Amino acid sequence: MDYSPILISMKTASLSIAITFFLGILAAKLVADISREKVKMILDGILTLPLVLPPTVAGFFLLYAFGVKRPIGRFFLEYFSVKIAFSWGATVLAAVVISFPLMYRSARGAFEQVDQNLVYAARTLGMSEWRIFWRVVMPLALPGVASGGVLAFARGLGEFGATAMIAGNIAGKTRTLPLAIYSAVAAGDMESATEYVWIILLISFLVVISMNWFTARERGYALREAKK
Amino acid sequence: MSLHVVAKRKWKGFALDMEFTSQGGTRGIVGASGCGKSMTLKCIAGIETPDSGKITIGEQVLYDSAQGVNLRPQDRKIGYLFQNYALFPHMKVEENIACALGKVPKAQRQQTVEEMLRRFRLEGLGGRFPGQLSGGQQQRVALARILAYEPNALLLDEPFSALDFYLKEQLQLELKDMLEEYSGDVVIVTHSRDEVYQLCEQLMVMEDGRCIASGKTRELFRNPGLLSVARLTGCKNFSAAKPLGKYRILAKDWGIELATSRPVDQDIDCIGVRAHDFMPATEGDGENTFSVQLRERLESPFEWNMLFSPGPEAASVWWKISKESYGGNLPDFLRVDPDNILLLRSGGPAIRKDACQ
Repeated sequence: MDYSPILISMKTASLSIAITFFLGILAAKLVADISREKVKMILDGILTLPLVLPPTVAGFFLLYAFGVKRPIGRFFLEYFSVKIAFSWGATVLAAVVISFPLMYRSARGAFEQVDQNLVYAARTLGMSEWRIFWRVVMPLALPGVASGGVLAFARGLGEFGATAMIAGNIAGKTRTLPLAIYSAVAAGDMESATEYVWIILLISFLVVISMNWFTARERGYALREAKK
Repeated sequence: MSLHVVAKRKWKGFALDMEFTSQGGTRGIVGASGCGKSMTLKCIAGIETPDSGKITIGEQVLYDSAQGVNLRPQDRKIGYLFQNYALFPHMKVEENIACALGKVPKAQRQQTVEEMLRRFRLEGLGGRFPGQLSGGQQQRVALARILAYEPNALLLDEPFSALDFYLKEQLQLELKDMLEEYSGDVVIVTHSRDEVYQLCEQLMVMEDGRCIASGKTRELFRNPGLLSVARLTGCKNFSAAKPLGKYRILAKDWGIELATSRPVDQDIDCIGVRAHDFMPATEGDGENTFSVQLRERLESPFEWNMLFSPGPEAASVWWKISKESYGGNLPDFLRVDPDNILLLRSGGPAIRKDACQ
């Protein structure tokens, strides 16, 4: 069995979740603070779009923007000598774009569930907005934010359609686990496919377990009340 | 220090139009829910922004639409006690209090926190989380946190609504003591007449976003002037009325003529009598005595509430009497002292802006 897909997938999923996590929180914070309902709705729609689009469509748009002869792709090639399409970076790009909405939506939901009176109270006590975010909002939203991160990680790990479009299926370079399963089945190598499937199953199961753990943490304050 | 507030704000079919000046002491704002009481407090604290107006405390301008001044809540030094106290649930009591001491050096911060814990009888609870405290303790933590911040004014939004009934009286007493020590302006929003009567020297009554009456609390309870104010002060019996002479009035709904001790103005169109102001009487007991028939009886733990009717066609009146003074005999007549007849207007000219300055 070729182990490179496992390695590539882990690398891709790890880097993409690091990027998605911060982008998602940033976007969530920005959107949650917008007071104009219409602007909020439209912006939210745009940011959520990759979640509802077929991944191949998202991949199509990525290819359209980052292809070597396309504006962004050409810019990167000319100024940084970096070719994005069909490189390992493209697997990260695809994973980030596809998993971003999950992170963003979970974080936003978590932020909006924080009792607004706590924020008001913090303001009347002279706490700066920065301090309020890190000392009040973030700790209270953390369980929701963390479970969003776990979900986004799982989605990035399982990314297939957009990755195939923008990164291709180059063995040892852009062939992630889902692509490796597809290729193995296409080549009639059911044995390798089964092994890859088991690995994905194991990771996914761990993800679900850790999600539940975070949700239990969410009820932590209530539990602590009951204990004493 | 004096607190001066002029705030106008319109939103979703509701208009707030408030204006008052407080010269120290404790001021109560009462009114039905949704009348704009809390909104007024939020405008003072900077949580909400009025459309126009001016809010000053002492010499400091907090908000002035004409000058384009609108200080952030962080810069206003106004303490705000939220209905549910808004303690940070993930922080221990001492951390909650320390939050108000942002710029104080660490060593001194610890000292202040301990001092506040002692002052609010929270010794030994500093390491607990708010969820592990009783409602009364939570309220004390919230007050300790606010006073650690040394605010120039204190705004209390329904301070007792989150508490169990049996806790309220003790806490009202504690709050009264604490407010006496506090030197800044205090504004309490509530819908409880008991709280207002016990805690506030000055009282304002709000209706539909406006102040409809204002004055010394005791004076407003004694002479509410307006039907809606009388209702908020707990008066239960009302009748449409027609002035008959300088000290005589006809209670139309009850079909009886009553003598008053206050002169009756021509625009009085309504009277009120508090349920406990009726007295049992016998025939020929003099003025303001009328025959009644019992309609219904409600038993409370310590008193009887009885519904009497002065005549077959007449509207009923509530009579409230403590069980100790009630011998068990149903009176055939009730009497009301001329002093205890509230002369009221049901609306109109009494709703004057100058009544509320």
